[in-house]
Amino acid sequence: MARSRDRRPGYSRRAQYGIFTGYVIAILGVVAGLAVLAVSLINPDAFSFARSAAAELARPVGRAGAESRFAGQGVFAAIGAYFKAGQQNAELRREVEAARANAVSMQALEDENRRLKALLGIIDPARKPVATAHLIGSTGSSTRRYAVIDAGSTHGIVPGQPVRAAGGLIGRVIEAGPRTARVLLVTDPDNVVPVRRASDGLSAFVQGASDGRIDIRLINMGVNPLKKGDVFVTSGSGGLYPPGIPVAVATTPHRDGATGHLSADPADNVYVVVEQAFSAQARADLERMIEEGAKTAAEEP
Amino acid sequence: MIFDRFVASPEELVRKRINRAPLPALAFGLPWITIMLASMASFSPVIASAPVLPPLAYMMLLAWRTMRPGILPLWAGLPLGFFDDLYSGQTFGSGIVLWSATMLAMEVIDERFLWRGFVQDWLAASGLITIYLVLCAILSGLATGYPLPLVIGPQLLLSLALYPAVTSIVALLDRIRLLPLKRL
Repeated sequence: MARSRDRRPGYSRRAQYGIFTGYVIAILGVVAGLAVLAVSLINPDAFSFARSAAAELARPVGRAGAESRFAGQGVFAAIGAYFKAGQQNAELRREVEAARANAVSMQALEDENRRLKALLGIIDPARKPVATAHLIGSTGSSTRRYAVIDAGSTHGIVPGQPVRAAGGLIGRVIEAGPRTARVLLVTDPDNVVPVRRASDGLSAFVQGASDGRIDIRLINMGVNPLKKGDVFVTSGSGGLYPPGIPVAVATTPHRDGATGHLSADPADNVYVVVEQAFSAQARADLERMIEEGAKTAAEEP
Repeated sequence: MIFDRFVASPEELVRKRINRAPLPALAFGLPWITIMLASMASFSPVIASAPVLPPLAYMMLLAWRTMRPGILPLWAGLPLGFFDDLYSGQTFGSGIVLWSATMLAMEVIDERFLWRGFVQDWLAASGLITIYLVLCAILSGLATGYPLPLVIGPQLLLSLALYPAVTSIVALLDRIRLLPLKRL
């Protein structure tokens, strides 16, 4: 196609200046962008106010989206159920029988656990969730993995609190606006979660690989004892995540760890629960950090 | 035919054409609004645990820029990139830099390759989208301090394949943009 008319100013001074100014602003844009980029690389929280404001603006859209996602899942599940009804019925019957047997032994174990705890004088603190929220958005086209929930500091949410769904850990809050909060998902490479193997307490940590899976790395190197199907739960060390929340299932063991998939995929969960940071020490630290301002929070590992 | 009523082109929706002109707000605002709405696609019902969605807003920008070279000013990358940064989750500022640089790059492409067909446009867009996604991944890798593996492969292929679809959406929007709604 031919060159557009507004790029051929001819002898018009006004048009020439217009094009020149356009170039100047565009180049200034690159320079300003580089400056902003440098600032936000050094201090990631520098522009959190703008992001929170933007999330507040998009909150109604996200809520409508969350509702429709929930409804859509229901419709597809209902249609799918018709096709698999017979087979599913037989499978469920078998599973119920197995579960019944398990439940009896669980009951016994629970009794034993209670007795032992009473013996040691351990009291489980009752953990009350801070808020229940919808997942209303996520950064679907970025390699950074964030999600947005529709509850914020007015509901008592502060950065650092763990976020979980029924099936397991989702992530932790990193920015809280008035009525929305930004959650760093477990699949983000910046999110490191201390975990232990559910069966024997082997300690490891989980780091996001940003492609929907996660890396499980052992703390004690040596012969890799991981097997496919190992379940990892939070260990509670570090004080941020409460112990015992399922995080990941190992799928392919490799030399010094394993690749795994999440036990609670944010794509399947509409409702999430924001909990208190686990230990009183961590809670106090978080509060102190908020008081001292964003500068300290940025240096937090 | 009955179906004609449902598949009427935007032009056929407006009966009177004489003595009418496009609404200025629509004619100049629609590219901005659609690109900004595409930036807000992260608030769609899809909650992704991996980067799978193509960078719709960026593709929309390229499509508008190639279809109507004069309608977005040269500096449009600055405000639109800023808006995209608010929602994209990338390190703040990467949108401003990359979108501004894209507008400049498109200007150079316009200068060098004056006569282009759709295939050449697609090639140019493919090159720009590839550079954009790789730089975005590198920048967020810098921010996390963790070398990101090549997770953008599927997303990149999807974006390149979807670009013609985005251009046809933009073509439809362009016809809506020029609907003669204002009475002269």
